[in-house]
Amino acid sequence: MPDKRVYLDNAAATRLDERVLEAMRPYFFDTYAVATSEFAYTQGIEAREALDTARASLAKKLNAGTEEFVFTSGSTESSNMAIKGVALALGEKKGRHIIVSKIEDFPVLHSAEALERQGFKVTRLDVDGDGLVDLDKLKAAITKETILVSIQHANQEIGTIQDIAAIGETCRERGVPFHTDATHSFGRVPLDTAKVPVDLITVAAHTIHGPKSVGGLYIRPGTAIVKWMDGGFQEFDRRAGLENIPGAIGFAEAVELITPQENRRLETLRDRIIDRILKEIPDTTLNGHRRQRLPQNVNISFHYVEGESITLHLDMRGFAVSTGSACFSRSLQGSHVIYGIGGDHERAHGSIRITLGRDNTAADADAVVQALAEVVKELRSISPLGRDKKGEENRP
Amino acid sequence: MKSPYSDTVLEHFRHPHNVGQIENADGKAIEGSPACGDMVSVYIKVDPKKKTISDIKFESYGCASNIATGSIITDLAKGKTLEAAKKISWQEASEALGGLPKIKAHCSVLAIEGLRSAIQNYEERHGLVKEKKPTTLEIIRGRLKKVMNPISGLDLVRTNLVKDIELKDGRVRVAVDLPAGHQFATAIREEITEKLEPLWDIKEVAIDFTD
Repeated sequence: MPDKRVYLDNAAATRLDERVLEAMRPYFFDTYAVATSEFAYTQGIEAREALDTARASLAKKLNAGTEEFVFTSGSTESSNMAIKGVALALGEKKGRHIIVSKIEDFPVLHSAEALERQGFKVTRLDVDGDGLVDLDKLKAAITKETILVSIQHANQEIGTIQDIAAIGETCRERGVPFHTDATHSFGRVPLDTAKVPVDLITVAAHTIHGPKSVGGLYIRPGTAIVKWMDGGFQEFDRRAGLENIPGAIGFAEAVELITPQENRRLETLRDRIIDRILKEIPDTTLNGHRRQRLPQNVNISFHYVEGESITLHLDMRGFAVSTGSACFSRSLQGSHVIYGIGGDHERAHGSIRITLGRDNTAADADAVVQALAEVVKELRSISPLGRDKKGEENRP
Repeated sequence: MKSPYSDTVLEHFRHPHNVGQIENADGKAIEGSPACGDMVSVYIKVDPKKKTISDIKFESYGCASNIATGSIITDLAKGKTLEAAKKISWQEASEALGGLPKIKAHCSVLAIEGLRSAIQNYEERHGLVKEKKPTTLEIIRGRLKKVMNPISGLDLVRTNLVKDIELKDGRVRVAVDLPAGHQFATAIREEITEKLEPLWDIKEVAIDFTD
């Protein structure tokens, strides 16, 4: 095993920043009361103040009002809450049609699917080769029955950033609530709720060096949404459950620690990796938009080889990356995102996702390109596919 | 730290044995396709007198268990008679590898298929095969035994997932005892189709799931 391990799967989870842990620490050991005890004792008041401060700081990042931000247990809950909450509020009154894009992450896709089983109609919009939703297709899909459009801000696998301002305008013109999953863009790509007409936004801490299982949902005032996590009256009576105050503090601190300089640095590293791979390793295809892309995301298909084999070989050399290969997934299906952008089995099979984080350096970027070049060459030498092979009949 | 793969699997994955092609092979086969996932090619050289496999090589476009199985079955088959090599089973290969994760069974069966097909290819090219037999329910059942149930790592027939098989005028209908929305439904559908479609007299394959 190599001495140094280079973690490049920051879309899955990130290393907690020590400063985040320091910010959270007092709320485990000193101010551990619940915020709902503010009328009973001093610790309750302190807890309430801490929670309010964290909430205000996160809401401000979205240029939103403090009461428009609800804490949740992460992005999965936030998207479930948004989609099922709106369906509960408007399903009977207005209609039973929901629009999503084909390349949404599972919390959105599977929430829509769950509603479909209950009789809702779901339209899954196609995307183009870069992963972008076509505005005209969206316009054409909206009907009188449509109660929600859910289209992500940026894609979890290929990093493509949607034009959510234009999508939001379209939804607003037609009077349809608009939800966006910003799990992978929050902190990395600006999102201003005063400029973008979006009604619900899913955000999370685990992608930005914050704690796991902490997220939030932005809810624009006036949005029809039913509370379905029942219990107490926490979170403005929108989501019951004991407040995770250390988590909320950690989330706010994680967002505070991100700087525009850091995002520019990640973007430079991203471009360095993409440019070098496409130039130095033959038979490679970039997945996702070249420029309209998350600063931390690289996704490239290496033809004639399988992704899980690449990840295992890279692991032996100390690098952690991810793949959209069917062999790697728990459902034995290749990445729905790669299929969604028109890729075939082979493109999904050989796709590798590299996602950068705060700890990654230019040396890491160069080292992973070098390792990939070696590993891919080795695997291609044992593959029956490829242009260097002699037998014509062996070509795909 | 425990990897889902055994040390033997990882060793064969890292340094696979008998990799490559054989020029003027006596028998060769390609199983799977890039369109449906993994792919394995197997090349054999046969001693015509003893009817033994004198040399064998493979290539893999697949994941770790696919590569490791290719490596181990070429080791196991080398020097064996064709009849003995045909009988090498997935279980045997898996045991020799110190076990494979259940969910990975389907990736590794391909190598076994590749070996059997390469032998069949040799027999066909050397006039050792009888006439084409019409497909029967028994043949279909036999093929379904090669489709792995990713839940258990055992085949569909043995795990009672095949509820019913209908065969009429070259059309097969297989009823699978899983809901259509099941995690593995699509993967199982693709694999059944892949196994039954190549049968020479089968025109159409339909798979029904429960609701």
